[in-house]
Amino acid sequence: MFKRFKGFVNKEFYHIFRDKRSMIILFGMPIVQILLFGFAITNEINNVEVAILDKSADSETEVIINKINASPYFNIESEVQSEKEIGEVFRKGKVKAVLVFEKDFANNLQVLNQANVQVITDATDPNTANTISNYVQSILQHHSEEINLQNEVPYKVEVRSQMFYNPELKSVFNFVPGVMTVILMLVSAMMTSISITREKEQGTMEILLVSPLKPIQVVVGKVFPYIFLSVINAVIILLLGFVVFQVPVEGSLVLLALESVLFIITALSLGVLISTIAATQQAALMISLMGLMLPVILLSGFIFPISSMPVPLQVLSNIIPAKWFIIILKGIMLKGVGIAFLWKETLVLIAMALVFIGISVKKYKIRLE
Amino acid sequence: MSISIKNISKSYKKLKALDDVSLEIEQGELFGLIGPDGAGKTTLFRILTTLLFADEGTASVAGYDVVKEYKSIRRSVGYMPGKFSLYQDLSVEENLNFFATIFGTTIEENYDLIKDIYLQIEPFKDRRAGKLSGGMKQKLALSCALIHKPKVLFLDEPTTGVDPVSRKEFWEMLKRLREKGISILVSTPYMDEAALCDRIALIQGGKILRVDTPENIIEKHPKQIYNVRSRETYRLIQDLKDYPGSENVFAFGEFIHFTSSEETFEPQELQEYLLEKKHEELEIYPANASVEDVFMDLASSSET
Repeated sequence: MFKRFKGFVNKEFYHIFRDKRSMIILFGMPIVQILLFGFAITNEINNVEVAILDKSADSETEVIINKINASPYFNIESEVQSEKEIGEVFRKGKVKAVLVFEKDFANNLQVLNQANVQVITDATDPNTANTISNYVQSILQHHSEEINLQNEVPYKVEVRSQMFYNPELKSVFNFVPGVMTVILMLVSAMMTSISITREKEQGTMEILLVSPLKPIQVVVGKVFPYIFLSVINAVIILLLGFVVFQVPVEGSLVLLALESVLFIITALSLGVLISTIAATQQAALMISLMGLMLPVILLSGFIFPISSMPVPLQVLSNIIPAKWFIIILKGIMLKGVGIAFLWKETLVLIAMALVFIGISVKKYKIRLE
Repeated sequence: MSISIKNISKSYKKLKALDDVSLEIEQGELFGLIGPDGAGKTTLFRILTTLLFADEGTASVAGYDVVKEYKSIRRSVGYMPGKFSLYQDLSVEENLNFFATIFGTTIEENYDLIKDIYLQIEPFKDRRAGKLSGGMKQKLALSCALIHKPKVLFLDEPTTGVDPVSRKEFWEMLKRLREKGISILVSTPYMDEAALCDRIALIQGGKILRVDTPENIIEKHPKQIYNVRSRETYRLIQDLKDYPGSENVFAFGEFIHFTSSEETFEPQELQEYLLEKKHEELEIYPANASVEDVFMDLASSSET
């Protein structure tokens, strides 16, 4: 019994290690994705080029301009002489924002207690434009608070925001759990579904069926190597996140490991399910990509927050295993919570895994048709 | 009785793949299933190896019913599908080892059985199966099908796409296996291989046309065959087909085999007719029937 199973698993490892494409998907992709998401795809802004239209050119504007230039977010590249030129610098594409100081800025500030700055942004990329505008406002806000320190203002409401769990608002804190989810889903579901359909396509399933191997031995034998490889992947991703991006694991590592294995099993059983539907590797690949990757990326809350989706999509997101796993991951890694806060999500994943396994076993064909 | 097939029928949607097929194959017999592509050979193999259900009829292999006792059959038969179905990315030895393991045995345990065959591919045992030549692939596939010492061996078109030398070797191996008491059901589209079997069944369009020893099938054939040859083979076929009473005309090696449905057929008259058509270097003489002639004759009469 055990010898047969071991023989089967050995064979699977040969398949995986001898196929360059499998190896690239298994180990190249996680590393590339983490680095890509961590470094390139980020909502933070750094060294954005800003132009100035300073109609006043007095001591006050100079202080503000220096402050903005000194921040890591902005570089003041050029001066614009008139409103007409603003459109021109935007069209050139390098400058993303223009600050316009009104005439007699310092004077207005002292006499009228108010002076105006206009922030004009290039909103071809709305997210960046928004972020730039917010950053500029917060620098100006800071500046006006400094001025106000000297002269007492009788009443004011002051907002002091504090960011829990990710005080520096690093987007990589969000991406590491997200990418880990995507990779585990991809490796587990896609690779198993392809590897089972490959047996059908090559005709080897025919010989496996005409052998004393039980269906459950074939399925578990197929799945087993990927559990192992997925766990290695999870470790690589967490290490990369920690070493390169300082993403912490606040909570229990044991719990994290157990929950990861649970998610891997859920994804694997989904992969087995796909392979019972798909007749060819091509079909399995398409179903995995369209049916798994897109929902995992779009509907899991990885990139777009679920709470701001239309209601039907919010409902739909509940059947995406990745959604629950991302909640669990963020809970353990960033908030440091334990099972007491995550038992609901854990139960959902267990239930999903059971349903997928149940359907797969029922649909697994012991004959050809 | 090693394989017993009773009134098996099977349809794929509208296509009737097997039509009321019955066969009995003895213990230790080398039995050939001879017929062209699409005759239903693979379907019959799949029903016997428990991969498909028949629509009607019953069958048993090695004493086990193909539906109820499919698990016992899967343990005790060796199956070599028509398509090369080994793992191309595993080496010769790894493939053999894998199949030995899943059948709960080892290469050493049954080495005697496969020795003759395996010795020929052993020098390449570290080569990936995908990089073997056609003949070596078949030898490896046969070794894998034999490694668990099956009672019945199913070989679906084992020699298709294999060079003539390897084909000959392959059939010699089958004869040696039969001597070890293994029943073998082998299918082939090559009529010349039919003569190498103990008994054959001619199959076409899902129907069994005849079952007998190859010798009997040829001897009992009532029609006289003529070998005809001329310089222009293609025009000769056309002209023979137009000849009154022409029944079967097909190329057989360097000759055209011709039979007439007329009882009063005279080769002399045919020669005059062909000479009139300006055929040069004409030769006509009676020939011995082959399995192919019988098959063509039976197939054409079963169609009408």
